[in-house]
Amino acid sequence: MKILVGIKRVVDYNVRIRVRPDGSGVDTDGVKMSINPFDEIALEEALRIKEAGKAEEVIVVSIGGDECQQQLRTGLAMGADRAVQVQSEGHVQPLTAARALLKVVEKESPGLVILGKQAIDDDNIQTGQMLAALWDRPQATFASEVILEGDKATVTREVDGGLETIEVDLPAVITADLRLNQPRFVKLPDIMKAKRKPLDVMSLGDLGVAAENDIDIGHHAPPPQRSRGIMVEDAAQLVKELKDRGLL
Amino acid sequence: MSILVIAEHHGGKLNISTARTVHCATAIGGDIHVAVLGHEIDGIAGEAAGLDGVSRILAVSGAHLEKPLAANLAPEIAALAGDYSHVLGPSTTFGKDIMPRVAALLGVNQVSDIMSVEGERQFKRPTYAGNAIVDVAVPDHAKVVATARAASWSAVEGGSSADIEKRAATTQAPGHTRYVGLKAAGGERPDLQSAPKVVSGGRALGSAENFDLIFKLADRIGAGVGASRAAVDAGYVPNDMQVGQTGKIIAPELYMAFGISGAIQHVTGIKDAGTIVAVNKDAEAPIFEIADIGLVGDLFSIIPEIQSLLD
Ligand SMILES: Cc1cc2nc3c(=O)[nH]c(=O)nc-3n(C[C@H](O)[C@H](O)[C@H](O)COP(=O)(O)OP(=O)(O)OC[C@H]3O[C@@H](n4cnc5c(N)ncnc54)[C@H](O)[C@@H]3O)c2cc1C
Ligand SMILES: Nc1ncnc2c1ncn2[C@@H]1O[C@H](COP(=O)(O)O)[C@@H](O)[C@H]1O
Repeated sequence: MKILVGIKRVVDYNVRIRVRPDGSGVDTDGVKMSINPFDEIALEEALRIKEAGKAEEVIVVSIGGDECQQQLRTGLAMGADRAVQVQSEGHVQPLTAARALLKVVEKESPGLVILGKQAIDDDNIQTGQMLAALWDRPQATFASEVILEGDKATVTREVDGGLETIEVDLPAVITADLRLNQPRFVKLPDIMKAKRKPLDVMSLGDLGVAAENDIDIGHHAPPPQRSRGIMVEDAAQLVKELKDRGLL
Repeated sequence: MSILVIAEHHGGKLNISTARTVHCATAIGGDIHVAVLGHEIDGIAGEAAGLDGVSRILAVSGAHLEKPLAANLAPEIAALAGDYSHVLGPSTTFGKDIMPRVAALLGVNQVSDIMSVEGERQFKRPTYAGNAIVDVAVPDHAKVVATARAASWSAVEGGSSADIEKRAATTQAPGHTRYVGLKAAGGERPDLQSAPKVVSGGRALGSAENFDLIFKLADRIGAGVGASRAAVDAGYVPNDMQVGQTGKIIAPELYMAFGISGAIQHVTGIKDAGTIVAVNKDAEAPIFEIADIGLVGDLFSIIPEIQSLLD
């Protein structure tokens, strides 16, 4: 079985986000870029499944400009066997990402596709569900545990009401939540080795995918700021303050 | 213009997220219908019919619609969507799972987490963990499929009586996805997403036993209980208590954070709270930058002091 993992290049989660003064977007000049944290978890899960002898090959895919090759190389250094870049300039919306992933799926026939539950730049939370719809296959989103048995996966999902378990037939799309695993660190020799692993490049056009029905992204603004309030000295002052404000 | 709102329900009860989503729909305007999909749903349809601003309930029943499985529900919703210009769901894990599958079946991108309505097809939504608010517009020819950000929309009132139209499901179960079960963590405490007060604990609590301090204080003031990711990861409390970018986004009148540092991913979840109280032993903790009332000190002595002051 092959496992396909989607990797998006995003602003590192530790970076303090600054909206450009002209409202055209978020400042990315000289800003640290990383693999979307949920995608690292997705990849880690795929690697563990392979290491358990339940998959033969792990392929990382990214849709984006050439700079996303950096993140694909990191994925290869983590242990993926090969990488595919679907070249696309500019902002890629979830439906386009899902359509491109579907083309790669049709080429590679994976038994499992694991994506992150959410890209932490646009916070869309759509791509996995869309891919599953277009592929007409099951989806198991927000996964915190995945157990593979034969041609089925039992997946525990983090939902508002607790932990939900569903069973899906393979092939299926799984999206990774934070508690699925703790991704491994990349070691230096692996970075060297990753340089020799295959990285195929194709364009959205090659795959016959056009960005349709894109949502028009307009002005960006920083959120209304909460300002620093008052400091109190002790519990008694805190309780008094809350009572004065009618909150207790 | 006509809007279809997808109702969320669990255990035979309408979820409050439905009334919030209807509020968002009323801001867009037009005729608002609510689709209740499930099995044996007369009671839920009746509840939904009471929501202010709703003119009709579509009660679609089918055995395969009983559980909240996106693979089963999305095709049925997509089949209903033809008659509507907008399809709206809640931005809960239920809506986040199902609505993008509906959008893809309809060939459109989804507008996730509507914070405000600027026009029939123009909205504001948060990105980058709420650090950039973006104006988005759906192209004229495309159906609007969207989710409403729970913390931005209060629930509409009840007391109305919309018509209920019963329908049988027109789709079949794909059969490839099966519901196994739900391990519900919830107890008798107020629901985190609608509680007017929330008391929250972080890594500093140190253990599940110590987290009892938080539960006791919450019970004393009738609050819901939240936690940081670190506290959930460490196993002090279950996942459904996590507040933040990847947990719940909440807007209580009072939020009290004990031993939480205030990472952006956590703060995203509480930005809309009325009053934020932070207790942390580190005067430099970032949580103080956004707290309305801050107290530097050890939570292990401060919480018992608060308790005794209240008794
Ligand atoms: C993609 C991604 C998504 C994330 N999503 C979320 C999310 O949804 N929600 C979330 O919460 N986090 C999330 N995080 C994690 C987040 O970055 C922080 O790691 C987390 O919020 C830290 O939790 P904490 O504040 O409890 O722990 P810490 O940061 O370790 O803070 C503990 C605090 O307790 C204080 N303290 C210690 N002892 C005491 C004492 N005795 N009395 C008083 N104060 C004390 C310390 O001074 C410190 O400030 C996410 C991270 C990533 C990468
Ligand atoms: N451009 C992209 N390239 C590769 N994977 C992507 C891309 N966009 C989204 N994904 C995958 O889809 C997941 C969810 O993204 P989103 O729907 O944008 O929140 C991400 O965590 C990735 O695994």
